[in-house]
Amino acid sequence: MTDYAAPSAYASRQRSRTGQIALRWLLYALLCLFALYYLMPLFVMVTTSLKSLEEIRTGSLVSLPRKVTFDAWATAWSGACTGIQCEGLRPYFLNSMMLAIPAVALSTLFGALNGYVIAQWRFKGANLIFSLMLFGCFIPFQVVLLPMARVLGMMGLAGTIPGLIFVHVIYGLGFTTLFFRNYYVSIPNELVKAAKVDGAGFFRIFWSIFLPLSLPIIVVTVIWQFTQIWNDFLFGVSFSQAGTQPVTVALNNIVNSTTGVKEYNVDMAAAIIAALPTLLVYIVAGKYFIRGLTAGSVKG
Amino acid sequence: MSEWLERHVPKMVLAPSFAAILLFVYGFIAWTGWISLTKSRLLPKYDIVGTIQYERLMASPRWDTAMNNLFIFGALFIIIAMVLGLALAILLDQKIRTEGLLRTIYLYPMALSMIVTGTAWKWILNPGLGIESVVRGWGFESFTFDWLVNPDFAIYTVVIAGVWQASGFVMALFLAGLRSVDEEIIKAAQVDGIPTMRIYSAIIIPSMAPIFLSAFIVLAHLAIKSFDLVIALTGGGPGYATDLPATYMYAMAFSRGDIGQAASSAMVMMLVVFAIVVPYLYSELRAKND
Repeated sequence: MTDYAAPSAYASRQRSRTGQIALRWLLYALLCLFALYYLMPLFVMVTTSLKSLEEIRTGSLVSLPRKVTFDAWATAWSGACTGIQCEGLRPYFLNSMMLAIPAVALSTLFGALNGYVIAQWRFKGANLIFSLMLFGCFIPFQVVLLPMARVLGMMGLAGTIPGLIFVHVIYGLGFTTLFFRNYYVSIPNELVKAAKVDGAGFFRIFWSIFLPLSLPIIVVTVIWQFTQIWNDFLFGVSFSQAGTQPVTVALNNIVNSTTGVKEYNVDMAAAIIAALPTLLVYIVAGKYFIRGLTAGSVKG
Repeated sequence: MSEWLERHVPKMVLAPSFAAILLFVYGFIAWTGWISLTKSRLLPKYDIVGTIQYERLMASPRWDTAMNNLFIFGALFIIIAMVLGLALAILLDQKIRTEGLLRTIYLYPMALSMIVTGTAWKWILNPGLGIESVVRGWGFESFTFDWLVNPDFAIYTVVIAGVWQASGFVMALFLAGLRSVDEEIIKAAQVDGIPTMRIYSAIIIPSMAPIFLSAFIVLAHLAIKSFDLVIALTGGGPGYATDLPATYMYAMAFSRGDIGQAASSAMVMMLVVFAIVVPYLYSELRAKND
């Protein structure tokens, strides 16, 4: 019995080894195919933005540019028309910056303080407050658009960048609080108790004990909020007016502006410009970006 | 006095945020709910007249299309993104040497604005110069791919772009789930000679049930809120063919001047979200307190 078993086992091991190598190749081929699928739109955007209109009309979507030109990029940045104005994306890019930086800073600061209170200074009702704030993350924002438009009007902030900052801070609070609360809840409460015995107060403990420990979660929160606010379209299109629009709204207006010839290369260059800041953040700090995404969903 | 202050500082720090959430989330929902029961048109009226707005909504063919589209788009988007995400996660879980790079490539669309995604796919899918003309250029002269401008198929282009954007994220979720399965059990199964396929189907995937649920919740939530993608890709067209509840609400609120319809459609959207999210949040919070 064993005499027969030995060679056949050897043969089957041999067969399975070639099988395994073939499987490995198949695996890598599949993975590369998927990589191509995800990269294709980016490739098409970049190549289209570097072609002349003439070449776009006569050439193929997937071919490399025969003659590289940066004209479309220049137009997209400072000459493309968003309706009647033709100043390119530049002013709107700056709007998005002026909007995103304070909104990210403020919502992160409030989130850190809120999370600190909820995780470390528990009082009766704190959990209920947290649940109510968490719930706010999930509402479809359509349900607050109409009253918010009226309230912004009453505050004299309608169509202004401070108005948009206000909106983003308010509706970012739920997520930023969630991030910090989940981070601080794993820090032992004994730390606060010991510091209190030593006579440190609420802000002192936050400033000299919790804040220095918080760098990773601050990075996660800042990246999350920046991506959300930079990429926002709904609030931008609802609460801005000509001149204060964020970059996503301006991009959409450039692409859908009906005057003149359709300049696909300019559209693509504009789309890449609008995407660059978040793409850059993703490439530099992808790890934290993913952590924010999963924290926002798994623990939500 | 200072002791009292010290004791109440935490509450005072939390109070402004809490008040803001109460007013700007719950107060605003109540306001929208109220308006949805009135005859408001261009300006809000506050006399409650009943469910007339909801009746108008149900009678509107445009709303009917929007809800149908939400169902088609939502179902396809969720199923395809989940299947693709799980497949990618399993493929990546085979000790791939370039895993970091591949993961970065699969996930980058999630960092883009949906307006950018919509703009890119609008260009790729346009029948004149896009994929259609590429395939024709390869010699298939009669090839047609006009989904973007075909009212019967335009909604599927939204699915294509949506899946492209979100599937990498599902992959990341599942990959984290695969990695959290107990190594010992897998090793024991391998020692017993159980084939890899079977280890996945009988041991690993069933233990990831909570991740399936989170992925579903996130995708469903994305689908219902999808607004930017449709605006950038099809503008809701051709006609109303790709309207979703979110674009219907926006059109009523800001271009048609029909606040009553906008409010009632927003309330329906919220009910759909809550029907999905509330049981999930409830079970999550309860599990945490146990």
